[in-house]
Amino acid sequence: MFKEVLQSIEDVEFYTIVSMVIFILFFVGMTIWLFKVDKKYIKTMSELPLEEDNNEFSNLTGGTK
Amino acid sequence: MELEKFSYDNEIVRKFTIATVVWGVVGMLVGLLIATQLFAPALNFNIPFLTFGRIRPLHTNAVIFAFVGNAIFMGVYYSLQRLCKARMFNDMLSNIHFWGWQLIIVAAAITLPLGLTTSKEYAELEWPIDIMIALVWIAFGINMFGTIIKRREKHMYVAIWFYIATWVTVTVLHVVNSIEVPVSFLKSYPIYAGVQDALVQWWYGHNAVAFFLTTPYLGLMYYYLPKAANRPVYSYKLSIVHFWSLVFLYIWAGPHHLLYSALPDWAQSLGTVFSIMLIAPSWGGMINGLLTLRGAWDRVRENPILKFMVVAVTAYGMATFEGPMLSLKNVNAIAHFTDWIIAHVHVGALGWNGFLTFGILYWLVPKLWKTNLYSKKLANFHFWIGFLGIVFYALSMWFSGVTQSLMWKQFTPLGVLQYPNFLETVLQIVPMYIIRMIGGTLYFVGVIVMVYNLVKTAKQGSFSKEEAAEAPALEKFKDPLKRGVIHRFLEGKPAIFISLTLVVVLIASVFEFVPMFLIKSNIPTIASVKPYTPLELQGRDIYIREACNSCHSQLVRPFRSETERYGEYSKAGEYVYDHPFLWGSKRTGPDLHRIGGKYPNLWHYLHMENPSSMSPGSLMPSYPWLLSNDLNTSTTESKINAMRSIGVPYSEGYEKIANDDLQAQAEKIAMDLQNAGAPAEPNKEIIALIAYLQRLGTDIKANPVTTGQAGK
Repeated sequence: MFKEVLQSIEDVEFYTIVSMVIFILFFVGMTIWLFKVDKKYIKTMSELPLEEDNNEFSNLTGGTK
Repeated sequence: MELEKFSYDNEIVRKFTIATVVWGVVGMLVGLLIATQLFAPALNFNIPFLTFGRIRPLHTNAVIFAFVGNAIFMGVYYSLQRLCKARMFNDMLSNIHFWGWQLIIVAAAITLPLGLTTSKEYAELEWPIDIMIALVWIAFGINMFGTIIKRREKHMYVAIWFYIATWVTVTVLHVVNSIEVPVSFLKSYPIYAGVQDALVQWWYGHNAVAFFLTTPYLGLMYYYLPKAANRPVYSYKLSIVHFWSLVFLYIWAGPHHLLYSALPDWAQSLGTVFSIMLIAPSWGGMINGLLTLRGAWDRVRENPILKFMVVAVTAYGMATFEGPMLSLKNVNAIAHFTDWIIAHVHVGALGWNGFLTFGILYWLVPKLWKTNLYSKKLANFHFWIGFLGIVFYALSMWFSGVTQSLMWKQFTPLGVLQYPNFLETVLQIVPMYIIRMIGGTLYFVGVIVMVYNLVKTAKQGSFSKEEAAEAPALEKFKDPLKRGVIHRFLEGKPAIFISLTLVVVLIASVFEFVPMFLIKSNIPTIASVKPYTPLELQGRDIYIREACNSCHSQLVRPFRSETERYGEYSKAGEYVYDHPFLWGSKRTGPDLHRIGGKYPNLWHYLHMENPSSMSPGSLMPSYPWLLSNDLNTSTTESKINAMRSIGVPYSEGYEKIANDDLQAQAEKIAMDLQNAGAPAEPNKEIIALIAYLQRLGTDIKANPVTTGQAGK
């Protein structure tokens, strides 16, 4: 069943090549972007999880036993 | 700027936390039982529901989907709310997700011991449960994306990307691998057959590891490790590279589970190449995790949470190095079908998933109950005994795997197999099985200690369902940072982000599947391969019900050591009517693909009743119920119909007379058994199973001459 569906698409090989090109372009784009990106932005992002918490337990300074 | 007041839903996190701990205990306990059964098969107590084949999937499903699954949701529901500075999108959906997931687990815990299984590893659950999984997963998706959309924090932290990729990919995997034709309420056949079914299954199986056991846990690592260490991740840039390259590469690597199989060579090589490439992002992630602790290693000495996390991340690094090595063909030739693979997955499961979960639990439970951990000492004890457990487990299984494999392949100087009796190679590794059980016990004791510690912690604290918070509303068009536009655009647009992840995953999958399904030469047809007779088909379903494929492969690899032992190596064309394929992934017992005609019917009859009567010392459990259970022939018609609908060429109307053929064949086998002195009746399940076993791998031996004789 799969086969018939796939064969009915014209030039199906064309799509595999296009996807490979997209694949590579995306990677190159990402790499270039990483080199140019603002340091402040990276810093903000990496500190996101550490923003104020409402309670300060779990730092294990306690541990009664 | 005006602050909006809202509250975080801690109640749903608490629920998932409890479920994680409870199912963790259950899953590991079942693991201990099956580990013990491997050297003490009598522990199935001759009860079908407690037999290895049926409860091994119970162990894997419980650990993967119940323990790790609930831990993922626990971690996501806590961190997503905080990273988005928003309450979960909808409390009702949260609860549907929670109770739905627990219901699925209970359904699995009931159906698997009953032998209701598709036989596909980590996708054993039958179609009604598959549909439930899809619905609950969609509820989770809506809840997660709803929260992301109404967030008060402009940027999506990298952990959220991992959560999104998990959701998108698991959806695709589950749907594609679960396309099956129902035969009855709890029985179905996959639409794919043989080699294609194998490729789809291991595309699924590999990515279940990738996108259920790895990406969500990486998301958790990127949130909870910085939290526990109280410092930002080592390199946020590296985490971006880590994410995209993992998502790009992982989906391709599935065929490395099928090296030296009947899968076409190009597909096997593709799997290997991408597996090797995977080392880079995996190690990038590991290094990123470990270096987060740079300059703070003194705290690791004191803080059990960090200890757990460090070992978890290290285990991730080890498993993701070992994996690519195992996918090299020359290493795989030795490791495949052996306990080495069991060692590999348990470094991941016990080390990476287990230890990261424990670290998070020790961090989260005191947070939720607003108190300090009851006992740091007990947590340290848990760490050390758990660590020791992993060492015992992994070392014994590595040793066992390599030993057995070398014994399988050993020839004498005269050129014959040195250990022609498979059982010899099994008995050799029994001590390793015992050590593995000890390792598992140590690990389990640690978990029990943790449960005590966490319960005590919760008792001394006070839990509140709501946690008040406040944050400014998200301002849509304000952006103080001028550069890094592209990726920020993606982060601002979850919908586009999701689509992009989906495209990435689909591209790789299409690449893998299109040629496999299109090019005829990939599966050369063999004229003498015919569909199973009705009796064999019923026998095959008993084979599936008892999960014989948990311990026996049906795939003779093209090595001289295997063709000497088992016979002609397996061809792709031999499996074209196998819905599902039953290649198996582990040889606890010998391969069965060429078992047909090797022994008389009587041998099988007595062997199933009590294996050690035929092979003294055998570690196979007894299956006495097969001799007394009546074969259910009322399903024959619907099975033939279902098979025909997915392309098996049974002639129209054959379903009406199929049971006559079944009867005739059964009587022939029963007669043969009676002549040999066994009290066999034709209407018992054992007859169908024997018919299937005697058929296995015999088609290619049929030549025109013998066909002619049979026709006379």
